[in-house]
Amino acid sequence: MKIVNLKVNGVGKAFIAKPETTLLLALREQLGLTGAKRGCAQGACGSCTVLLDGEPVVSCLVPAVTVDGSDVATVEGLADGDKLSHVQQAFLDGFATQCGFCTPGMIMSAEALLDRNPNPTRDEVAEAISGNVCRCTGYEPIISAVLDAAERARL
Amino acid sequence: MTLLYGRGYASVNYPTGMNLGGDPSQALIHATTMGGFVVSLSSVDLGQGLKTVVAQCAAETLGMPMENIIIDTADTDTGPHCMGTFASRGTHRVGNAVIMAAREARDVMLQVAGDELEVDAGDLETDGTGFVRLKGSPETKIHISDVALAAHFKQGRTISGRGIFLKERNYPVPETGEMDPDSCQAHACSVAEVEVDDETGVVTVLSLHNAYEIGRALNPAMATQQVEGGAWMGVSHAVFESTEPYYPASRDHGPIDFNEYLMPGPGEIPVQTSVILERPASNGPFGAKGIGEMTANAPIPAIANAIFDACGVRLTTMPFTPESILRGLDALRA
Ligand code: FES
Ligand code: FES
Repeated sequence: MKIVNLKVNGVGKAFIAKPETTLLLALREQLGLTGAKRGCAQGACGSCTVLLDGEPVVSCLVPAVTVDGSDVATVEGLADGDKLSHVQQAFLDGFATQCGFCTPGMIMSAEALLDRNPNPTRDEVAEAISGNVCRCTGYEPIISAVLDAAERARL
Repeated sequence: MTLLYGRGYASVNYPTGMNLGGDPSQALIHATTMGGFVVSLSSVDLGQGLKTVVAQCAAETLGMPMENIIIDTADTDTGPHCMGTFASRGTHRVGNAVIMAAREARDVMLQVAGDELEVDAGDLETDGTGFVRLKGSPETKIHISDVALAAHFKQGRTISGRGIFLKERNYPVPETGEMDPDSCQAHACSVAEVEVDDETGVVTVLSLHNAYEIGRALNPAMATQQVEGGAWMGVSHAVFESTEPYYPASRDHGPIDFNEYLMPGPGEIPVQTSVILERPASNGPFGAKGIGEMTANAPIPAIANAIFDACGVRLTTMPFTPESILRGLDALRA
């Protein structure tokens, strides 16, 4: 057991973690942030994606005790009040979601892509979300939404 | 190595619902004190959008805004009966039940409003924004929140409605085999373009063009989403995923997770165009037929036909793996 300090969406948080507590579990069950989803719990579906010090990670494979002192960004921290991020708004406007289970992970992967590459090609978008499984949309609306978000950010 | 191009198409008829010992779904509606309408169902929304579509049906029938509708699919033990969301039956069966319940609730709502306004309920109409008003005299009106308050605290009445849609069991005519197993049938045609690599046997689906006749598209955005998301599943069944030959007999071998169970990712999706044709079904809710499952079906035979067109190999077992293509090519050369 160890006390872990994290900055989550800009706010300092502390919680007690067992060695086997994953970052995903800590976010969902100890910090009450249920945006990141537990799809497979083995790193294969991407629904638990969050940004760890700016890099997208599958939080189900990150032991919380190993990231003490890190900066974590989740889907809950993207909107500024009622104003959604470009990616969120583009997902909404482009209907890039059906059941919505993959959406938080998709959005975080997309945010990470646009942070490091504001002008991605279609193939780069497909590559960036290739670790995120979606069972509903067929991916096309998601790719279009990410390209749309990049466009909005340029305006 | 040569990349062989081929094109194929397939058409499907798809039944809405099924023919068990009768195929019912029930809905109950009641108004809250605030003028919300709770639609109680046992029908489960797995993410396909049933809640949205039946809320549309309730709102349209009640004449109330969508925001006033609360869909409660809480519990299959205690809720009104539903056979389930399968067989592409949800929108059709549940939608019809909700419309029936909403009609009954609307009648009570108009009676309560009529008593408050001291006019005949038959002379009232809804304006779609939350008011009940007198036909031809729109200033004589009352908001649903006041109607609901009056019903609860003044008149002592329950604004509620019951609905059930039952597709009765149907037996075949022994002499002819003729029967009516479903309520209506939706139709679709998909055209697939593929590329077959004659050295590796890999099939790439280049494009899918889909035309769907689904009665009425109650929510066009969701209907198109269902067509294209379903087509993705069709591509997946056709050239990627399989639990065969182990499932369901044994789970000791074969894929058990996303690492082993292959599905096309965002880099492997075909270009798609989709057209929705609306020919309302007389027994559908506002004319809708079921569209759920069929969207994964049409692409598969279309892809099989495109493979045949590309390289002459006729495959009848899914998925169409590189191995089966290469064995087929070998057989043709032999
Ligand atoms: S839950 Fe973490 S990758 Fe699936
Ligand atoms: S929207 Fe359902 S999994 Fe992506």
